[in-house]
Amino acid sequence: MTRTGTAERAQQARARGRFRGRSGGGAAVPGPVLALAAVAGTFFALPLLGLLWRAPWSNAWTYLTAPAATTALRLSLWCSLWATALSVLFGVPLAWVLARVEFPGRGAVRALCTLSMVLPPVVGGVALFFALGRRGLVGQYLDRWFGFRLPFTTTGVIVAQTFVAMPFLVITVEAALRQLDARYEEASRTLGASPWYTFRRVTLPAIRPALVAGAVLTWARALGEFGATITFAGNFPGTTQTMPLAVYLALEGSNPESAIILALVLMGVSFTVLVSLRDRWLGAATGGGVGAGGAGAGGRHR
Amino acid sequence: MRSPRAGLDAHLQLRLGDLDLDLELAVAPGELVALLGPNGAGKTTVLRCLAGLAPLDGGRITVDGAVLDDPSAGVLVGPEQRPVGFVFQSYLLFDRMSVTENVAYGLRARGRPKAEARRQAGTWLDRLGLAELAERRPTSLSGGQAQRVALARALATDPRLLLLDEPLAALDAGTRTTVRRDLHHHLASFEGMRLLVTHDPLDAFALADRVVIMEDGRAVQAGTLAEVTARPRSRYVADLVGVNLVSGQVEGGELRTPGGVRVVVADADPGPSYALIRPHSIVLARAGGDGPGAATSVRNQWPGTIIGVERLGDRVRVALDGPLPLTAEITVAALEALELRPGDPVLAAAKATEIEVYPA
Repeated sequence: MTRTGTAERAQQARARGRFRGRSGGGAAVPGPVLALAAVAGTFFALPLLGLLWRAPWSNAWTYLTAPAATTALRLSLWCSLWATALSVLFGVPLAWVLARVEFPGRGAVRALCTLSMVLPPVVGGVALFFALGRRGLVGQYLDRWFGFRLPFTTTGVIVAQTFVAMPFLVITVEAALRQLDARYEEASRTLGASPWYTFRRVTLPAIRPALVAGAVLTWARALGEFGATITFAGNFPGTTQTMPLAVYLALEGSNPESAIILALVLMGVSFTVLVSLRDRWLGAATGGGVGAGGAGAGGRHR
Repeated sequence: MRSPRAGLDAHLQLRLGDLDLDLELAVAPGELVALLGPNGAGKTTVLRCLAGLAPLDGGRITVDGAVLDDPSAGVLVGPEQRPVGFVFQSYLLFDRMSVTENVAYGLRARGRPKAEARRQAGTWLDRLGLAELAERRPTSLSGGQAQRVALARALATDPRLLLLDEPLAALDAGTRTTVRRDLHHHLASFEGMRLLVTHDPLDAFALADRVVIMEDGRAVQAGTLAEVTARPRSRYVADLVGVNLVSGQVEGGELRTPGGVRVVVADADPGPSYALIRPHSIVLARAGGDGPGAATSVRNQWPGTIIGVERLGDRVRVALDGPLPLTAEITVAALEALELRPGDPVLAAAKATEIEVYPA
């Protein structure tokens, strides 16, 4: 009875609207939702169109191959990849602890670890300065004992980017770990596997889609990082001037046309990565597949 | 102090949500024990305690004299260090690995070289008739095949104690009989201790040497299935066997229930007892009519109301409510002759000599 009822309703819905939701295949999209969604979509598309419209296409190659631009691009890629690697190395264990270990104040710790995501990046940069700067809380000892200085260095850029971008990885991976069916880990333990072996062979493969998605988001955030970088690491061509900084300076200074080309390159790289990874990784991660698809066949035989 | 004793010797005490587990359990080497009980009795928790997935609050677990869990002594051996294999209810095969990799997993986890682990896994797959599935993914297996892979995976680690949680529950009725027979065959070839959890008496009957009946975290009865079903000691077992079980106090040739109903019994010793009344030894009469009443030799007569009628072939099971809730079994002909319907008041009668009484 309910079956025919649902089928009828679906048919009515199909008759009403041409636009259909993906889930269930039959839900009609309400008019106001569609209109507002269209506005939002346009809102995101317009800036890209604006750039394309004003781009100095005839000189594009010259601007792209200018030494300042290639240096900034190379530095951006180098730093953002390092920031992503560090975020994975430290962020996955952090996510695991936040997801699996119960301890007092866990909520506060989680908030603290993701604070830099919502903080104005400039504030983050200032805070980093007081922590790791030459006179900073920890930085003074780094300088005094090891002669190691972070501010205004390429390493400083990597630190600033990691600080701002790692929360994206932590949040994504923690959600995946929470959705994971922990019984597979128990099964592994009963087979004689240590917790560490279980983590590597069972847990990590199961959260891989979320891990990749988180890493991509982290990388995209690091690539676009501006505020914390300029505050903490400054703006020195070749050592700390990343693409976003180069774009900003060109726009403010002598060469707004170059800024547009560089901005388009940044957009293009990010867009390509997001599109190409979406179906393979992000789709799997956001479709609720982390637990079920990730952890396995459990549902089949249950 | 205590002489090392072969086999599993456990006293499990654990509070977990609504469950208050307190169970003593022993499995001798080579023995297959089935833990039988209704859902929520705590059967799976028993297995989890033995595997080390649920640490005890109190009590003690020893396998062949080695202590695995003893909270009072501060001993707790992790699951990966116990000589215990676990076949989970939904098998929990790793679906990113092939069948061979699943079976080799335990050996790899113990640091055996890959080639050796795969070779040993292959031996187990041969033994369980899974050789042609070696490179398949678990998602492409049938339920019965997945179960055998799970069994091979657990056995490959060479456990002393094998735990099986509802090994047949995930299967559809059609394949269950075949898989049960196969499982019996494979379990028989494993020499260690085996503990099987099930809520299906058929599984227990087909597979186990001995059953432990468990209700609300306690063992209510233990023995061979024949012993247990011949003299039920709980409502659960009585329902499984399909008999009426009345508990009460025997005094002067009568068993008196806590509700005050009297059951006349023959040859019973005084004291707390159970009376077992088989449904086919109950006679029904319309209330108010000429029943098996006063003029007969039948000593027991209880009033009741019909609350259910269930046909089983040419016989009918009639459920009665009243001071003594009973199930009677009569012929279809008798039901029709008496024109009995749900809601009708009746008298149920049973000869004292047909009621079996045994001490509680």
